[in-house]
Amino acid sequence: MVKEMFLKPTKWSVMKRLILKDIDDLVIGSIGIVSFIAFFVGGVITIQTALNIDNPLIPKSLVGFATRQSIVLEFAPTFISIIMAGKVGSFITSSIGTMRVTEQIDALEVMGINSINYLVFPKVVAMTLYPFIISIAMFLGIMGGLAACIFGGYSSYDDFITGVQLDFIPFHIVYAFLKTFVFAFILATIPSYHGYYMKGGALEVGKASTTSFVWTSVAIILLNYILTQLLLS
Amino acid sequence: MIEVKDLHKSFGENHILKGLSTTFETGKTNLIIGQSGSGKTVFLKCLLGLFNYEKGSISYDGDVFAQLSEDQKRNMRAQIGMVFQGSALFDSMTIAENVMFPLRMFTKQSKSEMQDRVDFVLKRVNLDDAHNKMPSEASGGMQKRVAIARAIVNKPKYLFCDEPNSGLDPKTSMVIDNLIQEITEEYNITTVINSHDMNSVMEIGQKIVFLKNGYKEWEGSKETIFKTENEAVTNFVYSSNLFKEVRRVYLLNEKLK
Repeated sequence: MVKEMFLKPTKWSVMKRLILKDIDDLVIGSIGIVSFIAFFVGGVITIQTALNIDNPLIPKSLVGFATRQSIVLEFAPTFISIIMAGKVGSFITSSIGTMRVTEQIDALEVMGINSINYLVFPKVVAMTLYPFIISIAMFLGIMGGLAACIFGGYSSYDDFITGVQLDFIPFHIVYAFLKTFVFAFILATIPSYHGYYMKGGALEVGKASTTSFVWTSVAIILLNYILTQLLLS
Repeated sequence: MIEVKDLHKSFGENHILKGLSTTFETGKTNLIIGQSGSGKTVFLKCLLGLFNYEKGSISYDGDVFAQLSEDQKRNMRAQIGMVFQGSALFDSMTIAENVMFPLRMFTKQSKSEMQDRVDFVLKRVNLDDAHNKMPSEASGGMQKRVAIARAIVNKPKYLFCDEPNSGLDPKTSMVIDNLIQEITEEYNITTVINSHDMNSVMEIGQKIVFLKNGYKEWEGSKETIFKTENEAVTNFVYSSNLFKEVRRVYLLNEKLK
């Protein structure tokens, strides 16, 4: 399917509109839910960390440090991607699957249009902006942690910010965004595959969405392990 | 003209089309009829190039589709209009955008030229006030007319219709049948309709091909179908008392003449 995606490209004037529509549906449309989850999960990570540090010898700034590491390394790139597999992945599978069931894909093929290029390529291009969402998740996750820290009285603003700046390794950001790009490709292609090759009717569209969520999540978790081993060990 | 010679198509062990040969003439409404499972849809999908076949050939005005290069196939497909059973309109586009779609994909016309052409074909199918509606807001009959408008907007040489009357009331079915026949004659295109609506057979069947178990059992026209003694055809076409009566009256009239 990936090879087919690049064959017989659709006219650029049409493709441009498809890409913009997919950016709106897949990227812009996900900012709200990602921001909400990132902010509050960031807060929870901070509270859990703070509550588990009961040794007076451990500095309070560790709360900010642990929050940053958790959010930048794992929560934002990996767990937001699992959430996106549910939101964006199901949307992609069900929209392409419905097109299959209602013969819209056959209509494209009859017209001589490469339906894989027409349907999947704009989604892959749109998802190259996925790191933008992850950047927002990283920022808001840390802000959520800061808010929880201050309002919960777990440490001072200065301690938290000192922790966030402590032992910062720029390669961790590179690692996080490398993972994000790989996950973006998975988020666009696995759900598209399940929607495009589905057979049956409306009930099967629902089943295909569930299957695509499961396989996208499995792929993300496995690749997360492999990439972490390759890049950080 | 579309010429089909000795067409064979199987799915695994299941031999669906068993050596079909026929011709579909230009400027005529050609109907493929037969019971469910007789191979009509597979035949239509082979004609459209959606299914590959094992043996035989399909030629469009002398060009054998399977022997064409990818570019030639693409150009050929641009000359094909298709009306799907469920209309297959793109949900995310308005009716006007659906009709404009083939023009945007295959022509270099300016936006105003495309708009003029869309206005013209929508008017031709009596939908001149539905431009901005979404397909979900249109009735079944309207959706079929939009599908016909989309199929003819790029001035195709070949028009294929898969069960164009399914799910429609008898009056709307007649409107759709007449529209297809008018368009066929007006633009002199080769129209192939997959149907098991006997009203369509009687109304617009200028050429009828009857399929049974993947074979061509019979071919003729709406006039000759009244006179045929072929048992499979008469069992299928005259299975209802109404059509038996229509046939009886027709034959009686012929006798009196």
